[in-house]
Amino acid sequence: MTISRYQIRLERIHHASPARWTAVTVGSILLALITCGIVLLISGENPLTVYRAMLDGALGDKYAFSETLVKMTPLLLTGLAVAIAFRMQLWNIGAEGQLYLGAVAASGVALFVLPDASSWVLIPAMLIAGAIGGALWGAVPGVLRAKFNANETITTLMLNYVAILFTQYLVHGPWRDPQAFGFPGTAPFPDAAALPHYQTYRVHLGLVFGLVAAVMLMVVLRRTRFGYEIDVIGDNPRAARYAGMRTTRMIIIVLAISGALAGIAGMSEVAGIGHSLQRSISPGYGYTAIIVAWLARLNPIAIIAVSFLMSVILVGSDQLQTAIGLPGSVGPMLQGAILFFLLAGEFLTNFRVHIQRVAVEAELVHG
Amino acid sequence: MIEGAAAVDPSRNPVAIELTDVTKRFGPVVANQDITFDARYGEVHALIGENGAGKSTLMSIVAGLYRPDSGRLRINGQQVHFKSPRDAIERGIGMVYQHFMLVETMTVAENLLIGMPQQGVSLKTDAAAAAVRNLSSRFGLDVDPDAYIWQLSVGEQQRVEIIRLLFRGAKILVLDEPTAVLTPAEAAGLIKTVRAMAAEGYCIIFISHKLDEVLRVADRITVLRRGQTVGTVAPGQVDRRSLARMMVGREMAAPPVDRPAPGTETALAVRNLCVISDRGLHVVNDLSLEVRNGEIFGIAGVAGNGQREFAEAVTGLRSVVSGEIEVSGRDLTGSSAAAIAAAGVAHIPEDRLATGLAGGIDVETNATLRHYRNAPLSKGPVLMRKAMGAFADRLIAEHDVKTPSRRARVRQLSGGNQQKLIIARELAGCPALIIASSPTRGVDIGATEAIHHLLRSHRDRGAAIVLISEDLDELRSLSDRIGVLVRGRIIDTIPVEQASNERLSMLMAGIGPDYVAASLHAAPVESIAVDD
Repeated sequence: MTISRYQIRLERIHHASPARWTAVTVGSILLALITCGIVLLISGENPLTVYRAMLDGALGDKYAFSETLVKMTPLLLTGLAVAIAFRMQLWNIGAEGQLYLGAVAASGVALFVLPDASSWVLIPAMLIAGAIGGALWGAVPGVLRAKFNANETITTLMLNYVAILFTQYLVHGPWRDPQAFGFPGTAPFPDAAALPHYQTYRVHLGLVFGLVAAVMLMVVLRRTRFGYEIDVIGDNPRAARYAGMRTTRMIIIVLAISGALAGIAGMSEVAGIGHSLQRSISPGYGYTAIIVAWLARLNPIAIIAVSFLMSVILVGSDQLQTAIGLPGSVGPMLQGAILFFLLAGEFLTNFRVHIQRVAVEAELVHG
Repeated sequence: MIEGAAAVDPSRNPVAIELTDVTKRFGPVVANQDITFDARYGEVHALIGENGAGKSTLMSIVAGLYRPDSGRLRINGQQVHFKSPRDAIERGIGMVYQHFMLVETMTVAENLLIGMPQQGVSLKTDAAAAAVRNLSSRFGLDVDPDAYIWQLSVGEQQRVEIIRLLFRGAKILVLDEPTAVLTPAEAAGLIKTVRAMAAEGYCIIFISHKLDEVLRVADRITVLRRGQTVGTVAPGQVDRRSLARMMVGREMAAPPVDRPAPGTETALAVRNLCVISDRGLHVVNDLSLEVRNGEIFGIAGVAGNGQREFAEAVTGLRSVVSGEIEVSGRDLTGSSAAAIAAAGVAHIPEDRLATGLAGGIDVETNATLRHYRNAPLSKGPVLMRKAMGAFADRLIAEHDVKTPSRRARVRQLSGGNQQKLIIARELAGCPALIIASSPTRGVDIGATEAIHHLLRSHRDRGAAIVLISEDLDELRSLSDRIGVLVRGRIIDTIPVEQASNERLSMLMAGIGPDYVAASLHAAPVESIAVDD
């Protein structure tokens, strides 16, 4: 007697093609949209209307588009920050704190060091200060990891709280604007500290910083000894030492660069948008950056596209509240669903699934 | 015990396992084609072939890891379809892999109980310990049931694997290159064990590269080549040479007899070197040696006597506690790995994927791994991608490294091709000194021959080579002098003409050189030989 049944076989794919993972990424996003659509249906909304409203809110007119680019700027810079560290298997969860420290350093320059300088001097000085502030905040976990093998996931995460609380201390205490009637926050920066923006829209020079950084990072990773060493150390630190690479020094340098990129994001937020240092300058860009970097497979050019997509979701869902009175949590829900499907999809990029019908001889039953 | 146990002539015993016309493809690659193979109870059936000949695939089918595309598998005359390794275990098939499946932080007895159905809450470790003692004494599988796995040598861990399979009722044992990890004395012990198990009626499938031991241990030998069976022979019908011809499909070149005399300059001088291991032990302790240019200096020794740490210290991967290292008259003690490589020292590390290669990255990166700093592969901080590609392509072509392209990830390559890539890369700069640790471990005969030829030709052009190996035949066929390493020190250095396997084995076992020289002189060699 023969019976037939289905057999599922998995085959490992050693080198997934770019086409394959692009398909998986797009598929994950579609599945996330469908899943969230079901949730929306259950709560009595037409998902197509909602998604339409989100797209309108994020890309519908020049103002909306500008707001999307404003959100994209810090996500792009912190996404790059996370990606360079992740490429070397350094789990920098601390882009958020590094962003704050960059903002603090840039604010200090604008308010106290060079308050009377012209834009041509002040903006580069703030950029450098922001990068240095973030770099130092990244180098601390780097040194701890390189010298004492302290787990950088934990140290970078904990330093986020230190950075945020330190910023709050400054804006409540020594740096508080005496003319602000007790509200926390520094005095407004001098006009020369404001990043140039496009016409009357809020999108500012910070976006150019991000785009230039992405291209530079891509070139460094592909074309220099430094990028080569990052890849080898990330894959096999022992082989890197055997090849004569100075791995401990590289850990510190790469975490410092990672911090510097996040610090520039902080500088661009205060100089481009806030024009003063406030209590909370980031709604968690440094954490969303992890999703951005991961979705982009740590590829700097892909991070440009992914950070834009993420901003569309974030800005679009903000607009939902005013447009159709939906809670803004649709955005995070969609973000979470995309990440969820993408992680599941990771499996499909690494394995090929075969489902086949096979005829099996039934075992003889005795008795 | 086992059906049809212990006959003197196993050819009349019942067939334990039978494969008929088994074919297995992976995409376009045919790993096994129409293979027919059987093994009987009470028999040791050796399966030999080069890397990529299809031995591992075939045994993975037997162990239930792969399903054949076509063909039949019978156990005890009954056709079976294994869906998972568990089905194979239930049918009495046990496999000892090259990488052991033991939990290091548990004792031997506890490891026996992993995965066994349990009754009650407490582990029946007493019963397991008793079983260990019983099996130990029956088959010469000497091991302490209460020892923790991490305390055991590789040879002892392998015995635990075998005991575990017997404890679970395996009657058909597949040993995948079991002697690759053993010292000569341990290998001799294993061969005795295997014969004792066959005498009690177990069926043993013994996979190997080493022709000498196959000829000694097997009742029958089946040779695979490129996924097909070349033939099945009895050891009495063949010798080393004809077996090698069956495996490779052509005549092997005889090793050259005469070698040019070594040069007169000292290429490497190590004086009173002390190095500590990762665990803080003084594993290299007062080691001294000198190697001249144009000389291969072999280091013989049981694994774990400081070979790895010595090689790492000389190549700058491990810090030197005290002592001196001089290469071509330059003091390189305490220099960085990059500085030592730049001084013309090549290093073929013992564990290719752990140290020698970055497995997740492409062949091009790995081919340039030790040269990327130098012109023309980079100018200042900038990589010259074209030059790197050309360099990689040249190594691949010159050393016949089989890879889909230089963009393929190194982990996709077979072990032999990974090793060829390392050796191609290390010898590319015509180094003055080559530190080669087990350069042919786990590499098939064809590639071994190529690697030996390369090392000889570099010796002949004047390079000094330190060859660290556990394979005494390899050491004797390549070296000019052999130093024996025991507990971190070279206890004796002998010219290759005087280095018999017996003499080396005794020295490696820690018997003093004076005593060895005296006893070899006094007694016939056979009576004190470690192997039998």
